[in-house]
Amino acid sequence: MKNASKLLLTLLLSPAVFSQGNISGNMETVFQYLNEDSIINAKQPIQKGLLNSYMNVFYTQGNFKAGMRFESYLPRIQGYPNRFDGTGIGMRYVGYQNNFVDVTLGSFYEQFGTGLALRTYEDRNLGYDNLLDGVRIVLRPAKGLVLKGVYGTQRLSFQQGQVVHSEGLVRGTDAEWHLNEGIGLLKDKKLDVVLGASFVSKFQVDDNPEWILPQNVAAYGGRLKLTYGNFYADAEYIQKEQDPSSDNQYIYNYGHAAIFNLRYTQKGLGILLSGKSVDNMSYRSDRTKDLQDALINFLPSLNKTHTYNLVATLYPYATQPLGEVAYQADILYTFKKGTQLGGKYGTTVGFNYSTTYRPKQTLDGIDLNDSSRVVYFTSPFSMSDSLYWQDINVNITKKFNKQWSGILSYYDIQINNDMVKVSDAQGIIRARIAVLEGTYKINTHNALRWELQGMWVEKNPAGINDKGNWATVLLEYTISPGWFFSVMNQYNYGNADVSKRVNYPIVTCGYIKDATRLTVSYGRQRAGLFCVGGVCRPVPANNGLMINLTHSF
Amino acid sequence: MKKLILLYFFGVFSLSLSAQDSATESALTQKHVPSVKLVDMKGKAVNTADLTVDGPVIISFWATWCAPCKKELNTIHELYEDWVAETGVTLVAIAIDDEKTKSQVPVYVNGKAWDYKVLMDPNWDFKRAMGVNNVPHTFLVDKNGNIVYSHNNYAPGDEEKLYQELLKLSEK
Repeated sequence: MKNASKLLLTLLLSPAVFSQGNISGNMETVFQYLNEDSIINAKQPIQKGLLNSYMNVFYTQGNFKAGMRFESYLPRIQGYPNRFDGTGIGMRYVGYQNNFVDVTLGSFYEQFGTGLALRTYEDRNLGYDNLLDGVRIVLRPAKGLVLKGVYGTQRLSFQQGQVVHSEGLVRGTDAEWHLNEGIGLLKDKKLDVVLGASFVSKFQVDDNPEWILPQNVAAYGGRLKLTYGNFYADAEYIQKEQDPSSDNQYIYNYGHAAIFNLRYTQKGLGILLSGKSVDNMSYRSDRTKDLQDALINFLPSLNKTHTYNLVATLYPYATQPLGEVAYQADILYTFKKGTQLGGKYGTTVGFNYSTTYRPKQTLDGIDLNDSSRVVYFTSPFSMSDSLYWQDINVNITKKFNKQWSGILSYYDIQINNDMVKVSDAQGIIRARIAVLEGTYKINTHNALRWELQGMWVEKNPAGINDKGNWATVLLEYTISPGWFFSVMNQYNYGNADVSKRVNYPIVTCGYIKDATRLTVSYGRQRAGLFCVGGVCRPVPANNGLMINLTHSF
Repeated sequence: MKKLILLYFFGVFSLSLSAQDSATESALTQKHVPSVKLVDMKGKAVNTADLTVDGPVIISFWATWCAPCKKELNTIHELYEDWVAETGVTLVAIAIDDEKTKSQVPVYVNGKAWDYKVLMDPNWDFKRAMGVNNVPHTFLVDKNGNIVYSHNNYAPGDEEKLYQELLKLSEK
C-alpha cells in the first residue's frame, strides 16, 4: 500500500516535475536588400532580398539533455558558403550527463588540447560548422582526470534543408590529467601540472586510380601545462602520418604541428612569448577538399586579432597549413594611478609583435627518384628567410577625466601576398595604420565615440601599392541602455586607379532591450575579409539595406 | 482505505497545483545557469552550475578582440570594490577567445589588474549553452542560479542599469 501510494504521488506530481526542465537558446535573422552598384562592383542578386536565419533550442532536465538548431537560407546572404540553401535541422543531439559520465548522441562540438589534432566548432557569422555527427563519451573517473572518445562523420554542407556529411569517418580519444587535483600530495603545491595526450584517426576509401592511398590516417601527440607562481608554460606537439591529399599534391611526407607559450604575469603586467611550427598539417576527413571544408584540426595563426576595420579586414593573416614557423610577443603594462604617467586613472600600454616565415625544406637524405614520394626534409622550428607575415603594433589607453577617454594605436604590417593572396597584388604588401579613438561621456546615459583611421600602403619596387591609401571616420552616439546610432565612411583616397577612389558611407542604428538586439544599416560595404579566430571569409562589396535581429532566451 | 486515497488525491492535487504554479513561473520567466565544465586560467576545473554558491554572480562574456567588452569590464573594474562590499557579488568573466588568442587572456587580465574570476571557453560550449549570439553579453544571476537580467551590448552607462538590478537583487 505504501509503495502504491508513493507511486501514485510520483505519477501525479510528474507533470509538475517535468515542467521544471530548463529551456534555453538563441536565434538570429539577417535580411539584406541589395542594390546594383557598378562603381564598387556590387551585384544585385536576382531575388533582390536575401534572408539567413537560425535558432538553437536546448533542453535540460536533471541529467538529461537535448538540443537542436534550425537553419534557413532563403537564399543565403552574401559571402556565406555558396551551397547553403533551404530550411531544416542543421544540428541535433540527445545526451545524459552526471559527474562521472557525459554521453552525447547526434551532433557535437569537441576540442582536444589546443585543437592541433581535432577541433569541431561553429561560427555562425562565418557560416563555418564542421560538427561531428555520431557519439561522444566523456568520463571523469577521478578528480582532475578527463577521458574523451569521439566517433562520427563531419558536417560538410547544408543543402535543400539537410546536412551533407563529408565522406570520411573520424575517430579520436583524448586524456587530460590535472595532477594537482588528482594527487593529494600536490594539492596546494606552488607547481601546478597538467598533462594530456590525443590520438585521432580518419578513414576514407581509396578510390584514386593513380596512387595507393592510406585509407586510415592517424594524428597523435601530447601536451603539458606548467604553472609556478607568476610563471606559466605550455606546449603541445602533434604528428600526422602519411596523408596524401589534394592540399599537399599527394605527397607521402609525415606532418607536424607544435606550439608553445611562455608567460609571466603580475598585477599590472603581462608578458607572453609564443612559438609555432607547422608542416604538412592540413588534416581533412575528405582528402579532395580544400579551403575551410572538412577540416578535422585547427591551426591557429599566431598574431593579434585586430578590431578596427582597416586593420582587421584588408590585410589579415591565416595559418598556411602546408608549413610555417611563427613567433609572437605580447606585453601589456598599466602605469599605476597617481604616478606621473598613470595620472588619475592609470594608463595602459600594449605592445605586440608577430612574425611568420616559410619553413626551411631541404633534400637531405631524400631521393626524388625513389618511389616513396617523400619530397623534402624539414625539422620543427627550422625556418627559411622567406617572410610570410609581420605585425608590430602598439596602443595606449588613457582615461583623462570622468568625461574623456581615448586610445591611440599604431600598426606596421607586412604580408606576403604571393602566399596569402588577400588581393591581386604581388609580393610583400606593407601597410602602416594609425587610429585615434575618443569617447566623450555627456552624462550617465549619453556618450559620443569617434574613430579616425588612416592606412598608408608602401609602394613596392615596381611602384605598386595594392589598393593604395585609405581613411576611415566613424561617429557613434549611444543612449544607454537602449539605443545606438552610428555613421561611418571609408575612403580609398589613394587608389592608383582614380575611378576607384570611392567612398563607402554606411549608417547604422540599433535598439537593444535586454537580450534582444535589432540593428538596421544602410549604405556601402567594401569587399574584404571577415575573420574570426584566424578563419576568414571573403565578403563581396555590397550596397543596400541590412536588418539584423538577435535574441537569447 | 477509500478515505485515505481521497486524502492523497486532495493532498497531491493541491501540492501539484502549487508546485506547478511556481514551476511554470520559473520555467517561463527564469533561466538557470546550465552545467558546463570549464577551466580557469590555471587549468583547474569549474562547473558553471556551481558559480553561485557564494552569492549573486555577474557572468560577462568577452574576448581580447572585443573592444566594447573590454570597455565594459574596465569600467566595472573601477566600481567593483564597492559593488562587492555592498552586494557580495562576484564577477565571472568568460573569455571566448579560441586558441589563436587564448594565451593573451591572462596577459590582458593581469595587465589590467582585474580581480574577476576568469574562465576559458575556447570552443564556445558555455557560450552556446547560455544562448549567447555575440559579445559582450552580460547576465546577472541570483544566488539560486536563476538568471534575473541580461543585456547584449555595451554602451557607457549600461553599468548603471546593471548596478540597479544588482541592488534590487540584494534587497530581496
